[in-house]
Amino acid sequence: MTVKFEIDFLRCLDCDGEIVGPLPAAAEDPQFAIRLYRALIRARSFDAKAIALQRTGRLGTYASALGQESVSLGAASAMASEDVLVPSFREHPAQLWRGVSLLELFLYWGGDERGSDFAGPRQDFPNSVPVGSHAPHAVGVALAFKLRRQPRVAVCIFGDGATSKGDVAEALNLAGVWRAPVVFVINNNQWAISIPVARQTAAETLAQKAVAAGIPGRQVDGNDVLAVHAAVAHAVARARSGQGPSLIEAITYRLSDHTTSDDASRYRDDAAVTPHWAEEPALRLRKYLVARGAWGKHEEEQLLAETQLEIDRAADAYLATPAQPVESIFDYLSAELPADLARQRAAALGK
Amino acid sequence: MVQAIDMALARAMADDPNVILLGEDIGVDGGVFRATDGLLKRFGPERVLDTPLAEAGIVGAAIGLAAQGFRPVVEIQFTGFIYPAIDQLANHAARLRNRTRGRLTCPLVVRSPCGGGIRAVEHHSESPEAMFAHIPGLRTVIPSSPRRAYGLLLAAIRDPDPVVFLEPTRLYRAMKEEVVDDGQALPLDRCFVLGEGQDITIIAWGGMVAEALAAAARLAKRGVGAEVIDVATLKSLDADTILRSVEKTGRCVIVHEAPLTAGYGGEIAARIAEDALTSLLAPIERIAGSDTIMPLPRLEQAYLPDADGIVAAAERALAYK
Repeated sequence: MTVKFEIDFLRCLDCDGEIVGPLPAAAEDPQFAIRLYRALIRARSFDAKAIALQRTGRLGTYASALGQESVSLGAASAMASEDVLVPSFREHPAQLWRGVSLLELFLYWGGDERGSDFAGPRQDFPNSVPVGSHAPHAVGVALAFKLRRQPRVAVCIFGDGATSKGDVAEALNLAGVWRAPVVFVINNNQWAISIPVARQTAAETLAQKAVAAGIPGRQVDGNDVLAVHAAVAHAVARARSGQGPSLIEAITYRLSDHTTSDDASRYRDDAAVTPHWAEEPALRLRKYLVARGAWGKHEEEQLLAETQLEIDRAADAYLATPAQPVESIFDYLSAELPADLARQRAAALGK
Repeated sequence: MVQAIDMALARAMADDPNVILLGEDIGVDGGVFRATDGLLKRFGPERVLDTPLAEAGIVGAAIGLAAQGFRPVVEIQFTGFIYPAIDQLANHAARLRNRTRGRLTCPLVVRSPCGGGIRAVEHHSESPEAMFAHIPGLRTVIPSSPRRAYGLLLAAIRDPDPVVFLEPTRLYRAMKEEVVDDGQALPLDRCFVLGEGQDITIIAWGGMVAEALAAAARLAKRGVGAEVIDVATLKSLDADTILRSVEKTGRCVIVHEAPLTAGYGGEIAARIAEDALTSLLAPIERIAGSDTIMPLPRLEQAYLPDADGIVAAAERALAYK
């Protein structure tokens, strides 16, 4: 038996913002690309503020999404509000799009569990820090939708490093067997801390991991938010109509360090990073908008000012938020606190 | 006992449409020990899911189902195969409620046959309960009789938080006991006192409870009153019941099948030393498996603690002046 497969590659906009492929239906509304651009700048500004706070000792270790916001936003913008996002720890652009607040993000990265108690998307999963371990959760969420005959979809985002993990292989396989309405998005930023994709796998593409699971897999230009949106929207529609799961590999580039605790210069030449700045997602989307007369200097300045104000206010609110009371260490462990723990709780409170 | 488990699962499924079962060979085959026998036929393939062979994936998917309000009951075929799923249990199931401040919860039960005594092949006879008991946010339960298996499993399934439910394989078919299918759960976080005694306390769980009872019967013939405590729920521990008994008897033997060092008996011994030291009339005795690999069946009986060892330990404690 010979098994053959092809992995297609989708791109709508090139680095100059020129249209090079079919645009998604949503882009027929000129406001859609503007919304994406605004969300991208908002996420990027949050990113800059988070790093500034970390560098001045006012936030914990933080994982930047600089240059790869488009993967996150392309995926989130293809979801319905009642769908469920199951993200890794570098997807705050998607979280912001879905209604997680800036204050919640600051709280989470500032070391406060309340940051994962989203007031907006109540059923979305919190960040998954153990790499790839959340992929099976998305399958379970999707299976719940299927068993309850709900036309909803789970969208799971993980990085290139996660594709080496058994959890991801198991999740893809389970999703295929159960025809679960789930879309897996690989945020391939080409670096898993210090390990480039070439040393992560001998496979030519990450998308072809879908082939072994018997589900569709494709590649998309991850720096092209319209292309990511198009690919995920197609996969989401497919899942919602009962046609099962898909895998999308969105190829982008991690312009930042892995986290604020990392120093990428130990393993990656700055010179190798430079050309990727020309490919980053905000640039091409802005060029696309400007060429259509939908965006200009005035809009840009206004957006940056508005965004900065909003983010500074959220940061101030975060810094003014007192830590949770000590008893909160115990009070969310289980629905009812067992007697044994009640004693430890009392001891922790000095009672 | 295996029929009591089957009965409890059927009862829980009949009572609550959110209870669904996932596991390897649990459907058509009814489980390798037949703990899910007949359930596929009765409840259908959307509630009894035969899964691919993927322990981490099954438990991970069950976490997703639980977060959506299902009450999944996962069977991991043997505890020797549960280790890939410990990541899911420790990093996710146990933490989901806490890390989302109660926004998402994980009412999940992972059942798994454990322990030795049935001459099984490699990796089929281990007793890793202390590992689970060490994970904050997980309850760890081990029944020791059909009735307690029925009542504790119902309680575990109805509990709004994750429970690891370890079933001693040696009890699946060894013990016969009438179990009324009355839907009555037994309390979690509670030890069971099996027979009153004034002279010594024997503390055990799972497959070792029967050995403790056999030892108590032999001691009774010599006029020694042994109080046997079935810990049943290791986490959270009902230390009060143990302490009350030891305060009364002043002597105790703690018995488990798992290796001695860092075994759960050490935790119980510490609690007794902390809170009942002045009541002790003799050093605490621990009878446990040795810190070795569980031997293959030819030497299995040489590894497993038994009534002889418990009686000898009790005699040492009783003779101590």
